[in-house]
Amino acid sequence: MEKNIAYIALFAAMIAALGLIPKLTLAFGVPITAQSLGIMLCGTILGARRGALAVLLFLLLVALGLPLLSGGRGGLGVFVSATAGFLLAWPLSAFVTGFIVEKWRSASLTLVAAIASVIGGILVMYLFGIIGMAIVLEKTLIEAAGFITAFIPGDIIKAIMAGLLTSAVAKARPASVLSRPASNIAS
Amino acid sequence: MISLTSPIETRAHSWSAGLKLTVLCLSTVFLYSIDNLYIEIAFLVIVITLYALPGNIFLRFGLSKLRILWPFILVVLLWHWWISELLLGTSIIIRMIAAFALANLVTMTTKLSDMIDVVHFLARPLERFGLNPRILELAIALVIRMTPVLLHKGQGLTLAWRARSRRRPGWRIILPFTLLALDDADHVAEALKARGGLTNLEKK
Repeated sequence: MEKNIAYIALFAAMIAALGLIPKLTLAFGVPITAQSLGIMLCGTILGARRGALAVLLFLLLVALGLPLLSGGRGGLGVFVSATAGFLLAWPLSAFVTGFIVEKWRSASLTLVAAIASVIGGILVMYLFGIIGMAIVLEKTLIEAAGFITAFIPGDIIKAIMAGLLTSAVAKARPASVLSRPASNIAS
Repeated sequence: MISLTSPIETRAHSWSAGLKLTVLCLSTVFLYSIDNLYIEIAFLVIVITLYALPGNIFLRFGLSKLRILWPFILVVLLWHWWISELLLGTSIIIRMIAAFALANLVTMTTKLSDMIDVVHFLARPLERFGLNPRILELAIALVIRMTPVLLHKGQGLTLAWRARSRRRPGWRIILPFTLLALDDADHVAEALKARGGLTNLEKK
């Protein structure tokens, strides 16, 4: 139990810290930072439930008014802005990513974690993000999607990194990869 | 850690956080349910007036937070100019700014401790489903404490990289960074156990 709380809290703190690392911003305002990589890692390392809880805890602190989102953003305003859909998708993203890593054990961890990150961290996140943007900006889904497709290549790179990082972590700290309790050095 | 609460004490700081959040929810729902440009403009004017009431410094601090909206304003304006529906575009933009500004206003005038009290209140019914509000509060405190610690360690890694390479530190520091976070998590877990663990927390 203590380990669960500590891991959930530390990963929430890690998402925050990753947002404050110098960012790789592309066009527009949707900031492309290591923060969404943090969401993917929550899923691939902590697993579905704990990963989603870590992200929820992080979002709770943002809502409470701490400037933890990349670029020092935070507060309640970000939950009604055009990118709110992305934020609200994050817990589900981590859950789906973690769920896939927990269940799919036949392939190498690098591959599984990368594919899980694409499905959870990109498909799920963009689905919600586009819906949110369509609502706030009063656009059709296709139009809203058009605004943000520029960010997908960056996120694919991050999903691949999530895969590589997860298997590297599994080698360095096998006991810490909670999504695969019975260790998996074979990857 | 610096929170987004305004350092300038306003009258709204002493109001109940729960009340402010309820009013915020209701007015945002109202704002998105009306379809009248004039009411939307009036709404925005009221919000800006609220920003102006505590004085010039508060106003400027508040307005500087709205700057992150400009890319969306630009996209919406260009798009609606392109499809010749500028009026609709203006309405969307005003609504977006007003909703964002009002929500930020609540954040700026509510202390972190008051917000945490609201979380405590809202989490109480969840106790029936096994979520102990005290554990949630412990987790919040841990994140607030550990974020600067991790950030400091991340900066240490960046400096170590800079000392050895002329290239900019990039994704390569994320692996050691993740390992540091995991080790910290293990230490924190051990420390919690050594202090009686979470069962002790539940008894209090």
